Formats: sequence, structure tokens, C-alpha cells
Amino acid sequence: MAVTVLFLGPLRDLAGEPSRKVTAPLDWAGLLQAVGPEVAAQLGEERVNVACAGRVLGDKTALQAKDGDEVALLPPVSGG
Amino acid sequence: MKDVRLLHQPFLPGSLIGPFTNSNPGLGGVCTFVGEVRSGDRDDPQGPVEALELSHYEPLTLEGMQTLADAALERFDLMGLLMVHRVGVMHPGEPIVCVSAAARHRRGAIDAVDFCMDHLKCAAWFWKRERRASEKGGEWRWIEPRADDYADLERWK
Repeated sequence: MAVTVLFLGPLRDLAGEPSRKVTAPLDWAGLLQAVGPEVAAQLGEERVNVACAGRVLGDKTALQAKDGDEVALLPPVSGG
Repeated sequence: MKDVRLLHQPFLPGSLIGPFTNSNPGLGGVCTFVGEVRSGDRDDPQGPVEALELSHYEPLTLEGMQTLADAALERFDLMGLLMVHRVGVMHPGEPIVCVSAAARHRRGAIDAVDFCMDHLKCAAWFWKRERRASEKGGEWRWIEPRADDYADLERWK
């Protein structure tokens, strides 16, 4: 098992793939390292959110993903 | 009555509004907004829109719409609220979103629809991109909300 990192919206283009398997456990520093410099730079922006196991983190830098968790990287939204 | 749906297939807003209205007997007014894929102006230098794609994140999107609907029902004097949003690839003229509110009096219904639309535009879990005819090879381009959209959202804070 591992952690699945999901790239939503425009982050998928930056990452070059919709998702990536990363060794568990995964914290903020590990995430920044796993996604590559371009996506990591986006993650540093306040308006990019992170969800772990279906919940949006209030403080994304407190990420603690376990085996089997899905970590979704959520760039600014646009609907309607 | 609350009816919140995320649809993967084209829909006819008219076919939803009738039953929604009928399910709120005694209402004084219904306000409905339907958003459709814009084709773009003929003289738009970027070329006309060929297609629009809305993507979502299953664990968050529908639940977020439910929370938004609850907030509207709590905030405005409503009898019922219908909120429907498409995901997937759409073409000009196709409906993307439909919000309809039923109330005893018009103000609650009108404001609730305005409130829901402002939140769906830039505070719901959707990502939107479009493909225009004249761009090289019809490339997809991600769309972010405009400054006006964020300003509209601020009105409710």
C-alpha cells in the first residue's frame, strides 16, 4: 500500500499525470518532494488546498497521510 | 424540499422546474437561473468556444453542494431549493447549472439563487477548462473566476 496523490484541475497538466503513488506515510515535506518543483511551488500558494482521506485540511502543512489514504491537491476552483 | 444533484449527462432544466414547483404547494414565487455554455462572440480574437469541460472531485463536490444548499435554506426564507450542476464535456448551448428557489415571497427566492450561483462560481469544488476553435490544435485552456466573480462572492460575507 501507499499514498495516492491526486492532481486536480490545472495541476494535472503541471504534474503530467492525474495521480501518483507515493510511499506511506507522507507528510508536508514529503509531499513537496514527491510532486516535483513546479507543483510544489503551486502548493506554497495560499489558494491551493489539500484534502486527505476526503477532508480538506485547515492547515495543509500538518498533512499526515497514512497507508491507503488519498491526498488530493486542489487548485483554485471555477464552476457554474 | 432540498434537491441537489451532480449530473454526468445533459439535462433539460425545464423538465426539472415543473416537478420542483409542484413539490412546493402554497409557494408565492419561484426564481430560476440556468447557466449555459457560451459560444463566444464571432469576432472574439480567441475564436469561438468549441467545448467546455467541468471536472470535480467525488469525495468533496456533491457534499459541498449539499452544504451550500443548507446554508441557503438557513439564510433565506425558502420553501424549497433545487441545485443541479453538470460535469464532463459540454458544448455551446448546453446547460451547465440550474438553481431554482421556491418561497412564499419573491425576495428570498431571488436572493437565494444569487447567493448559490456566486458560491458555485468560485467556492465549489469544480474546475473548468475550454477549447476554442482557432487555437493551435484546439488546445484546452483552464479558466479561473474573474475578479468580478470574487467580488460578487464577498457581498455575502
